Formats: sequence, C-alpha cells, structure tokens
Amino acid sequence: MTDKERFVPDEGLTPASTAIPAAGELEEFTRPPRSQWLNVWDQFKHHKGAMAGGILFLVIVLTVFVGPWLWPLDATTIDIRARNQGPSLAHPFGTDQLGRDTFARMMAGGRTSVSVGIAAMLLALGLGSLIGVLAGFFRRLDGPLMRLTDLFLALPLLPLLLVMMLLFREPLNAAFGPEQGIFILIVTAIGVTSWMPTARIVRGDVLALKEREFVLAARSIGTTNTKLIARHILPNVLSPIMVSATLGIATAIITESALSFLGLGFPPDYPTWGRLLFDATDYLQQYPERVFWPGMAISLTVLSVNYLGDGLRDALDPRIRGR
Amino acid sequence: MLTFTIRRLVLAVPTLLFISLVIFLLLQLAPGDPMAQVPLTVPPEVKEKMREALGLGQPLYVQYWKWIVQFFWVEPQVLIDHWFGTSFSTDNLRVISWQTRSPVMDIVIQRIPQTLWVVGTAYVVGILIALPIGIYSAYRQYSWFDQIGTFVAMVGFSVPPFFSGVLVIVIFSVELGWFPSIYDTTLVVDSWESFLQQLRQMVMPVMVLALQITAQISRFMRASMLDNLNQDYVRTARAKGLTERTVVLVHVLRNSMIPVVTVIALGVPSIFGGAIITEQVFKVNGIGQLLIGAIQANDLPMVQTLTFIFAVLIVVFNLIADVLYGVLDPRIRYD
Repeated sequence: MTDKERFVPDEGLTPASTAIPAAGELEEFTRPPRSQWLNVWDQFKHHKGAMAGGILFLVIVLTVFVGPWLWPLDATTIDIRARNQGPSLAHPFGTDQLGRDTFARMMAGGRTSVSVGIAAMLLALGLGSLIGVLAGFFRRLDGPLMRLTDLFLALPLLPLLLVMMLLFREPLNAAFGPEQGIFILIVTAIGVTSWMPTARIVRGDVLALKEREFVLAARSIGTTNTKLIARHILPNVLSPIMVSATLGIATAIITESALSFLGLGFPPDYPTWGRLLFDATDYLQQYPERVFWPGMAISLTVLSVNYLGDGLRDALDPRIRGR
Repeated sequence: MLTFTIRRLVLAVPTLLFISLVIFLLLQLAPGDPMAQVPLTVPPEVKEKMREALGLGQPLYVQYWKWIVQFFWVEPQVLIDHWFGTSFSTDNLRVISWQTRSPVMDIVIQRIPQTLWVVGTAYVVGILIALPIGIYSAYRQYSWFDQIGTFVAMVGFSVPPFFSGVLVIVIFSVELGWFPSIYDTTLVVDSWESFLQQLRQMVMPVMVLALQITAQISRFMRASMLDNLNQDYVRTARAKGLTERTVVLVHVLRNSMIPVVTVIALGVPSIFGGAIITEQVFKVNGIGQLLIGAIQANDLPMVQTLTFIFAVLIVVFNLIADVLYGVLDPRIRYD
C-alpha cells in the first residue's frame, strides 16, 4: 500500500496487450486493481538472465545453509590417510592436504562468505539509507552529510580496509572470541566503507519526492516528520535501495574474499571461499583443480547476484515496465 | 570555468588534510611496536633511545605536524634537488621507513615504474578493447554480439582478480607453459630478446586487469551511445544524407564520449587500488605489494605515506574528471 500505486495513473491501463481481446475494453476497467509488486514480478519474469541469476543464487544459499545438515562429512574432520584425493563418489570435490572433505569445506566457507556478504550489505544499506534520507529530507543536514560522503568516497578503501584489519583484530578477538570477533570486524569494516553510493542515490530520490504533491498533502494534514519519512518517503525509495542491496552483496563477498586472499581476513582454520582459494594457491602446481572450486563459487555467486540486480533494476523502473 | 577549477583546487586542500589526519590517527592506534624485531639482549633504555630516534616519544600533534612538513615541504625539496642538482634539503630529515631505515619516497620511486608499466598498459589495452565493443553493442542493441558483450562484461565484473589471475596462471603457465607465472622485475630491457621476455611476463597481469577495465568501460560506452542514438540530431544527420559511418562514428560517438572520458579519468586511481591484488598474485613488486609488505611488517610511515598517495590520486583525478566534463560539454556551466 504505497503512494505509488495511486499516483501512477497508467498502471491499470497498460496491459492492453495482455488483456483478453474478446473481452473488449470494458474488461480492462472492471478488473480488480493489481498490486505494484505483481507488475514488478511480471516484468522480472521476462528477464531471462535475472531469473537464472535468482534461481542460481537461491540454490547456492540453500546448499550453503542447509547442505551441511544433509552432508555426512564434517568440514573439520581430518582423515590423513585420504589426503590429496581427486574427485570421487565419497568426496565429489576431492580432499585437501589434511584429508578434509573439500565439498564440506566449501559449504562451511560459503556459509561464512554469504553471511558476511548479507550482513555487510544490510549494514551499508542501513547507513546509506539513513544518511541519504536525512540529507535529502532536512536541508540543514544536506551540506555536512554530503561533504562527509564525498570525504568517504575520496578515501583509498582497500588500503584502509587492510589497515583496519590489522589494527582492530586483536581487541575484537579478545572481546568476542576469534571467530565472532573477526566476523564483526569484517562486516563493520566493509559496511562502513561501502554505504556512499546508496546514500547518494537515496538522497537524490528523496529530494525529488519531497516536492511531490502527496508529501505536501500529508504535511498539510499535520503528519510529523518521522511519520512522513516512514509512511511516504521510505516506501517510495525502496526500489533504488533494493537494487543497491543486490549489488552490495556482490561487492561485500568480493571484498571479504580479497581480504582473506591477502591473508588479513578470517583465521586459517576457519574456511571462507577467499581463504580456501588462498590456501589452494600453494598447491597450484600439483592440484590446480583446488583453486577452481572456491574461485568458481565466488564468481558464480557474484555473477548471479549481478544479474539479479540487473533484472530488478529493469523491473522496478516504471518507464521500462510493460515493454 | 577557471574560477570553478580554482575553487575546487582550494577545496581539495582541506579534504586532503582531513584525510591525512584520519589516516594518521587510525595508524596511531596500531598495536604493533617497531622495536619488536630488535634482539632481546638490547637493554630497555637503549630501546627507549632508539624509539625516540624514530620520533615516537613526541606528542601526537608534533608527530602529525612533522609528518606534514616532511611530506609537503622536505620531499618536494628533495625532488627539486634531484632534478636540478641544487641542495635545499641537505640538513632536513625525510620520512624514514621503519623496515629499511631508508627514505620512504626513495623506495616508492623505485617501485612506481613497475606499477605504471603493468597497470598503465592494462588500462590502455582495456580502453582500446572496450570502446569498439561498446559502440557496436549499442549500434546493434539486443543482437547476439550485444548479448555476448553483456555476458562478458558481467563475467568481468564478477570474477575477482585473485581468481582470474590464478586461473590464467593455471592455464597459461602450469598447463601450457607459455608465460612465466612470476613477474621478474630485475629484467633489464636492452635487447630484442629481453624485450620479448618483458612482453611475455606482462601478458598475464595485463590480461587480468584489462578484463575488469573492459567490462566497466564497455558498459558505460554502450549506455552512453544508447542515450544518444535516439536523439533528434541523429535523425537530422541521417535525413541530411550523411553516411551511416559519419553519423555513428562522428556525430553520435563524439557526444557519447563525454561521460566516458570522465569515467576513464575517475577510474585511474581505483586501478591503482585494484592493482594491489593483481600485483600480489603475479609477484610484481609495485606500489601495491609494497603496501601489503609494509602493513604486514608494521611499517607505519610507509603505510601512511602510501595510503596518502592513493588518497591524493583519488582527489586529483576526481578534480580532473569534473573539469574535463565542463571543458568537453559546453552545456555544463559550473558558475
């Protein structure tokens, strides 16, 4: 129930081509109104790449989160007699130098990588939307907040991320334990350094929305600022936020893997895709296929998410919808 | 336009100062101790003296001020001395690396050529491939060429350099044995043989970097061309009877290049940042690898200077992109 439904007049009229021709024009006007999200879904379904990407991403997420319960082997069990094996029925992806099952390790690693991706994306999105809405809605905050965004955009992010990893690893490890601590550190570091594009896009949209009549109407009946933002502004900037959410997952997964690959991410006994790839490069000459699995997993996940975002952007754009 | 440029230049100074302060304060929190490598037999009071010799006993603002002076006043003097043989900087202390105990800038100057060669070549190659792909994809929108171009660009976005780099090593170095997997920086190019060898070792890192650059720029080129292809002036040009070639390659292309050129300028510093990983994979001892080594060795002056150089690059190229946009597009006025 957003304002967009009522404000976009062509929503009910567009599907002239999809309506049953025999029913005539009257049918179009007497049909029950369609929800905006149904229209979005209709458009989304036509984007083959986005559908394939969405399904692939779902499959990966399900495998990674449900898989470890169904798969009998544990990611940490060492079976030294079965080390360095190639793919077989018992170990579909083979085993590593300590005889640990690569498939189980891939699932465990994926669980961390995908969780980091989603958590960092949520943090970046929250920060970005908050700053974007505040900057767009309150004129007094616009200047300082946008200067802050510009400053963050001018920071060299990858070097700073590396420095942050170096600095805060010890205190956080001491406070939350080695795994929790590094998880919090990586998610915070990625989230804090990747909110700027979202903030800019959201601010631009809010600035345009603020001048629309329905906002004026809401204000004239005495709606408070908080209510106005929650009820009228936020639902209408949802589409750019959703698109940056998908792209945010992709960048967060790549950044986490890059940190792990440079040896500054998760500890060695705690698998993530980046870490598995990093460990596999030591055995590049003997077992080149070991590099392939984690690298492929990262690339496929990011590719599927990118296609998903591409389709979402098209589906959420009312100018393209219905074509 | 000139006032705009000057205003932006003046604004860049506080931005850079603020960034340098952020980097400085962040590094002050570092838990590492530069004396950690000193043998245990050295008595504590000697260690304290060594610490003071590195300038660590001073209050924070003194340390920050001294770094600023060294970076913005002493180092340019050294550069001038180097170029013109003068002696402005003879008695001044320079930014000293804790790792090697030699001036940071000297090491950076040693490392820059490798980075510039590899990254610069990759950037040029990437742009040269991306522009024709973008133009043709837009001209034949939704053709099979466009579909493949879109897919390749998506792959370029999605495959991180630490995977594509390792992948090309497996294919071209381990399996086929065509190219060396490690970049030999001691190679001196003085003959046809060594030039070929230099080319051979540059192929793989350039390939990896160029894939990413091509992916980005070809998408921009395509979108920008699509924006222009449906404009009225294109129909006018066709109606005048101009050849299709002139219409697309002169009228549309020149207008579409405006945003693309700024994107190219904006991408230059991010390529320096992205090269950190590629340099690590191929063992190119450029700036990126220097930074990683310095971070691992807790060499704070080096990390600080390098991070700040990256920040300067970003700010400067943002400025260049903004000014270029105004120069190229007469519709844009900043005043």
